[in-house]
Amino acid sequence: MPADHTSALDPSVSRSPRGSLLPWFFRMAWRDSRRSRQKLLFFSLSIVLGIAAMVAIGSFGRSLENAVEQQTKALLGADLLVQSRDVFTGPQKEFLDALPATQSEQILFSSMVYFPKADGTRLAQVGGLSGDFPYYGEVETFPTNAWTQFKRGEGALVEESLLHQFDAEVGDNIKVGELTLPILGALRKVPGDNEFFASLAPRVFLRMESLAATELLGDASLARYRRFLQFDTEAQLESAVTQLRDRRDELQLRFDTVEERKENLGEALRNLYRFLNLGGFVALLLGSIGIASAIQVHVRQRLDSVAILRCLGATSGQAFTIYLIQGAALGLAGVIAGTALGVGLQQALPLAFANFIPIEVEFAVDTWSALRAAGAGFLICMLFALLPLLQVRTVSPLAVFRRDLDHVPSRDPWLYVVYGAIAIGVVAFALSQTQRWQHGVAFAGGLAGALLVLFTVARLIVWAVRKMKWKNLPFPWRQGLASLHRPNNRTLLLMVSLGLGTFLILTLHLVQHSIVRELMPENQASKPNAVLFDIQSDQKDGILKLLEEQNLPALGVSPVVTMRIASVKGRSTEDLIKEKKIRNWVLRREYRSTYRDHIADSEEMISGEWVATASPGADVIPISMERGIAEDLGVGVGDEIVFDVQGIPVTTRIANLRKVDWRRVQANFFVVFPSGILEEAPGFFIVTTRIQDSQQSAAMQRVVVKNYPNVSTIDFTVVLKVVEGIVEKISFGIRFMALFTVFTGIILLITAVLNSRFQRLRETILLRTLGASSGQVMRIQVIEFLLLGFLASLTGIGLAVGAHFLLTTFVFKVGFSVPVLHLALAIVLNCLLTLSVGLLASRTVLKRPPLEILREQG
Amino acid sequence: MISDAILDVQNLSRTYTSGGHALTVLDDVSFALSRKQTCAIVGPSGSGKTTLLGLCAGLDLPTNGFVSIAGKRLNDLNENERALLRNEHIGFVFQNFQLLPNLTALENVMIPVELRGERGSEKQAEQLLQRVGLGDRLDHYPAQLSGGEQQRVALARAFINRPHILFADEPTGNLDAETAKKVVELIFEMNDELDTTLVLVTHDFELAQRTQRVIRLRGGRVADDSATVSA
Repeated sequence: MPADHTSALDPSVSRSPRGSLLPWFFRMAWRDSRRSRQKLLFFSLSIVLGIAAMVAIGSFGRSLENAVEQQTKALLGADLLVQSRDVFTGPQKEFLDALPATQSEQILFSSMVYFPKADGTRLAQVGGLSGDFPYYGEVETFPTNAWTQFKRGEGALVEESLLHQFDAEVGDNIKVGELTLPILGALRKVPGDNEFFASLAPRVFLRMESLAATELLGDASLARYRRFLQFDTEAQLESAVTQLRDRRDELQLRFDTVEERKENLGEALRNLYRFLNLGGFVALLLGSIGIASAIQVHVRQRLDSVAILRCLGATSGQAFTIYLIQGAALGLAGVIAGTALGVGLQQALPLAFANFIPIEVEFAVDTWSALRAAGAGFLICMLFALLPLLQVRTVSPLAVFRRDLDHVPSRDPWLYVVYGAIAIGVVAFALSQTQRWQHGVAFAGGLAGALLVLFTVARLIVWAVRKMKWKNLPFPWRQGLASLHRPNNRTLLLMVSLGLGTFLILTLHLVQHSIVRELMPENQASKPNAVLFDIQSDQKDGILKLLEEQNLPALGVSPVVTMRIASVKGRSTEDLIKEKKIRNWVLRREYRSTYRDHIADSEEMISGEWVATASPGADVIPISMERGIAEDLGVGVGDEIVFDVQGIPVTTRIANLRKVDWRRVQANFFVVFPSGILEEAPGFFIVTTRIQDSQQSAAMQRVVVKNYPNVSTIDFTVVLKVVEGIVEKISFGIRFMALFTVFTGIILLITAVLNSRFQRLRETILLRTLGASSGQVMRIQVIEFLLLGFLASLTGIGLAVGAHFLLTTFVFKVGFSVPVLHLALAIVLNCLLTLSVGLLASRTVLKRPPLEILREQG
Repeated sequence: MISDAILDVQNLSRTYTSGGHALTVLDDVSFALSRKQTCAIVGPSGSGKTTLLGLCAGLDLPTNGFVSIAGKRLNDLNENERALLRNEHIGFVFQNFQLLPNLTALENVMIPVELRGERGSEKQAEQLLQRVGLGDRLDHYPAQLSGGEQQRVALARAFINRPHILFADEPTGNLDAETAKKVVELIFEMNDELDTTLVLVTHDFELAQRTQRVIRLRGGRVADDSATVSA
């Protein structure tokens, strides 16, 4: 025996000094992962999309905040905006003119505009502008020099979408009231305006000097009078704001500062950011469940190795550390890939949400935000990974001899600690992303509830399939069904991931469907779908005659008188505002009330009695009030309210409360006076009608605008199309986020199939050995995947219908209806998706000779 | 009880609960082994051989009685301390080799030394693999080795920490006769070189006869404890 062979056994040879075990843990983790690395790396994909979403959104959120910070002043176009619903009064003008600021004036009102070339009309938001507004930021037009021409008073600027609608071009004419003027260019972006709302009411800008020529501004017209102010110093601005606040009751001016705008916009954007983040978080949670499931399979395959290591003297902590490192590496790989994808994805977010954001958001990766999101994602992923990893701690070294005896402690106390940490983590994240703690708890609770339902249903299905007798079914069916409850099956994971994806997407779809269905005029046959308003008293008969000539029914004629609240139950509005018990806008708003002797068919009296008429000499006038506004004002039947009807105080008593169906296209009112009181007060009329098609609509609008330029028409079929478009845009945003969950579900499906491939392989070999044809084996798998897809869809659909019912009944308050065909389609799509992904992932099991693969697996 | 005992087993009992029923696998077993002594534990299937081995090696704890290794009572140690003791004083050879499938032969042998945080394990492992005749198979994985070769790797791993006591559970149970013979020779040779106490669990009467003492178990109790003729 050579001398050098014996030295290792020589008892006299002293042992080397001991060092840290840390490097060895990493070495062992690396060695042990041989032949599993590719598989583990693929499993790490489960969290890639969740991490990517969170990183992109985190960084995007920071970009949003930066953009708000940088473009603050352009948010308003001025330092201060002061506005009134009425023409500025003498004292108001005096106050404003005395302020040390450069000023621009704007009058905004709704009116029909006419495009002679296309012979088309449309309701637009007309703005007359004087001065050098905007003082900050720029008005974006096409062509770019159009704004300069506009300031010289050469014509009008028209919303780009409106030009497209009427095929109008620069140089064509537009008629606003009695004034026809050339179109100078298309309006794209105006500091202070939200392009999202501009799509509802397209803008047409004129110079103030031209406004009078339109002859549109009657006394009762619904116009807003605005002043944009630019101050030289901050102190001047602050002094002006202080005066506006202190003299609010006297001046009756509403104002808006850059700071307020910034705060409001910031809050709105933060809400968007939080909402998106919650969407990303759901994908991350699902991915983390996938990681936990993959690690569980990996750890199960390593239990023998752990027992051997324990025999050789490794403590449970040391063995656990090795697999913890593997789990962490797997999570880290997912986090790194997810972060890289997230950074790329961040470029897509501003595009996806451009319609909601009134500012330019530049793409910039915020390292800290991205790292924070990646870190949070890694933490959540690791918490989930710990659930299966903790098994390693409980492996007894005795398992090298026998695994049949109950020598493994059934529950590791650390398991409960990890469950607790996951619950705290999810709730804490949800709370950090919602404004109210109730919402955070509801989100976490809803998610936990959905997961619990999915898990429970999956368990029940597995149990039921095992318990039931399938003797009479053909062989592939029996085998396919058995696959659902075979040991180490992935049924639970697949049911949860596919079910959750189906649930999220379908809930969004169903709610969208119900809202749009509720709005569509075809569901309200014979109900009004067009409204003519701003009809002056002397124009009413003419309009009604004109409608008759056009064969259009006048379905409702409502007089409107504007008024404000002076006191409630004997207390002045000013006192009530100071008390802050009633919301400001409820007290300050302009009430557009009507008078009539009957209750409308969109209304239902819920308390008190209807008073049809009253005499002008009465001290107290009985009125009808809408239930919601009465609740806001804190009043009920019998309470007294004094209205300021254009300078004249009118004392009223609430005779009854009404429930109003606000969704109906007709004139609905908060306050209804009895006949005989307001007939002589200055006001205007609203007329509702029903048009059959766009041709009839265009013809009617043309005639009305030609004869009564001040009368505006809203064709709700067009508005509803716009609203539908907006709903579509919003749901696109939501779906965009839900897609992360769906794709994560698909990745989970692939990993689950790959994970159980070895198991399938053994069965396939056995089946083939026993004489099963490859066709039969294929049929077994097809049945298994179809069953999985079907059962997961069914569970997801059940949850979605439940959530849809709750949302439509309690949140959106629209009719609950379930489109059965859509649900059937969802089932078919889900089954096809599961089948194709499942077969694709297990194609090697089906195609290659089984022994060849077995040899590969070692 | 002997004063220089490396392994001292006193009144050892082990009862398992399975399906709600108590099952006594080992009942009042006592014996002691001194340094360098070789001993075989024999008996029919289900007689408690493997359970006894597991208890002696500190892989499990007895229901009654105690085991001492190198003067340390295993009952007084927690799981981590018993793991340390296994690493310091015990070597294992199993019927089904129990090599880590993803580690090479060399890496498998290195583990016990590496677990102690010692350096230079590679050289020691190489020497031992050469000693068992596998100097050219260092980088082979268990799946690439024959049964006999795998058992020789397991032997090298068992001896690398120069253990005081070697537990071998049916070391030839999965080998053909010729390979088994070579492996047995190696076990005894290396055991002799290191003055290790050997505890052998086997069905093989011939193999048991090569040890100095044979303990026969029947129904979990010691049926016979005698010195062998050859010893």
